[in-house]
Amino acid sequence: MSTATTAVLAATGTDVGNPVVNIAIFGAFVAVTLTIVIRVSRQNKSAADFYAGGRNFTGGQNGTAIAGDYLSAASFLGICGAIALNGYDGFLYSIGFLVAWLVALLLVAELLRNTGKFTMADVLSFRLRQRPVRMAAALATLLVVFFYLLAQMAGAGGLVALLLGIDSAAGQNLVIAVVGALMILYVLVGGMKGTTWVQIIKAVLLIAGAAVMSLWVLAEFGFSLSGVLQGAVDAAGPGGEALLEPGAQYGATAVSKLSFLSLGLALVLGTAGLPHVLMRFYTVPTGKEARRSVVWAIWLIGVFYLFTLVLGYGAGALVGPETINAAPGGVNSAAPLLAYALGGEVLLGVIAAVAFATILAVVAGLAITAAASFSHDIYANVIHKGKMKADSEVKIARWTVVVIGAIAIVGGIFAKNQNVAFLVALAFAVAASANLPTIVYSLFWKRFNTAGALWSIYGGLASCILLITLSPTVSGSETAMFPNVDFAIFPLTNPGLVSIPIGFLAGIVGTFLSKEKPHPEKFAEMEVRSLTGAGSERAVVNH
Amino acid sequence: MADTSDLAGETDYQRVQRSPEFQDLRRRFRNFVFPMTGLFLVWYFVYVLLANYAHGFMSIRLGDSAITVGLVLGLGQFVSTFVITMLYARWANQKFDTQADALRREIEGDVL
Repeated sequence: MSTATTAVLAATGTDVGNPVVNIAIFGAFVAVTLTIVIRVSRQNKSAADFYAGGRNFTGGQNGTAIAGDYLSAASFLGICGAIALNGYDGFLYSIGFLVAWLVALLLVAELLRNTGKFTMADVLSFRLRQRPVRMAAALATLLVVFFYLLAQMAGAGGLVALLLGIDSAAGQNLVIAVVGALMILYVLVGGMKGTTWVQIIKAVLLIAGAAVMSLWVLAEFGFSLSGVLQGAVDAAGPGGEALLEPGAQYGATAVSKLSFLSLGLALVLGTAGLPHVLMRFYTVPTGKEARRSVVWAIWLIGVFYLFTLVLGYGAGALVGPETINAAPGGVNSAAPLLAYALGGEVLLGVIAAVAFATILAVVAGLAITAAASFSHDIYANVIHKGKMKADSEVKIARWTVVVIGAIAIVGGIFAKNQNVAFLVALAFAVAASANLPTIVYSLFWKRFNTAGALWSIYGGLASCILLITLSPTVSGSETAMFPNVDFAIFPLTNPGLVSIPIGFLAGIVGTFLSKEKPHPEKFAEMEVRSLTGAGSERAVVNH
Repeated sequence: MADTSDLAGETDYQRVQRSPEFQDLRRRFRNFVFPMTGLFLVWYFVYVLLANYAHGFMSIRLGDSAITVGLVLGLGQFVSTFVITMLYARWANQKFDTQADALRREIEGDVL
């Protein structure tokens, strides 16, 4: 299959843009961010420095970094392309991604900041038996990060074909290796501080780039949104009206509609359980700043998704679905092709560089999350029972970053020609089924206990993985990972509709089946701290 | 409620948790965030179900523009998200923080 894909890519080739311009602009991004990372990371000694950037970021800075962490290449290139080709159904994605932030704002961000230290597991194990709960939470964290990371790295390979004109497998592998190596470098040198600045710079570039392109598209149509939409309908030819109506992507059958419902549920409940998002709340000094971070993030992310609406329909109108489908990278090429149509090779170069920067910033955030989870949760607290120096914990975290980078490079190279788009949806489903129920119960439910936490994490996790394995995304359909075999007995492409209720119910069942004695004193401490912020982790004071 | 518990074995955090000030703070917090969460989740799922099962309704054009009911409702999700964000931030900054900070100072002064 991979040779066939390569042959197709070579046959169509990229005849738009100038790879030299693209690479030069991306090189400039790397140079600028590396300089900043080195400058800000002079004081990176303590664990709070390495994992949480010294907790000294303001709400505005952290909110921008959250947007930089969250707006992955999938949500930029993927949503623009989905809107360009499928119209309204592409728009539905972005709504789920945005509304989800209200869960984080109202129920999670501040309370988590007030009770935890570095990781999601800190909060989950606060009043429960440390070692089993930490282990479970760390496993869920590592799995979500792994799925997400693999999707990003594989996407990097595809982007290369599109943006740099590198069609050979060796060339794509090289670029995946470069992305992985840069990720390791950023995180090793900069820790959370460096990662945060990379994400801030990337968010500013991405949102500014999308703003310029959106205004440009609107100007082409006399600043009429209706004009842009009509342009896309006209460019699509007969049947183009369907772009304005729901159903183009998901409306075919009753099963595909249920799949969409399942995806919608996973998107809206997944965000507040994504470990790399949760970890960002620890980089600010107080719960109040955590709240301010989410407010900033919601505005930035919301405005960005409004831009993608214009860009998606704009690409449909100005580039046209046939050209997009024929380009290497297919649906993902809509935004870059639109940039080329509007501003020639320079704007394409900027957008290409921004897309790469996006991948880099997201994978750096994932790497530091996985490193914190392995070293702080598994190594320091499960294996060494919390009796080790913070210095050696950070040393282990640094080694973990190198290992994760290596896994990401190898995984990315193997996955680059596979259909791995489902991995991001799977990461959201695991976050919603295993992490969110456990977080919500431990923050709000007095009776919740260790068995409940283990049941909800493992129950949600196992049901997600089992259902996705048995689904048409893995086998039994043309677009599946293994198209030649068929063991797809679960019809939905997203497990959320079943696995999320399982995760929530398992937490209740496990709690009531357990004979563990309640710890009212620990719950009192957690509840009082979570709401008042008393005794929460302080910012690092640099002398 | 307080009379039956063994006050000697109580931690400082439990004493704070039992205090009317904290109970009031907790009630106000829950009274705000739980209904709000319910509200936006219901509105989101009403929207998703309409997009999924009411194609005809969502495809109605407004006048002779290319804007459909579905697009307006979708943009409505953006508006409601922004509005809830602003409402919560204003409530928390103006009402909740004052009460929480007072309790926090009391706890950190007395207890820790």
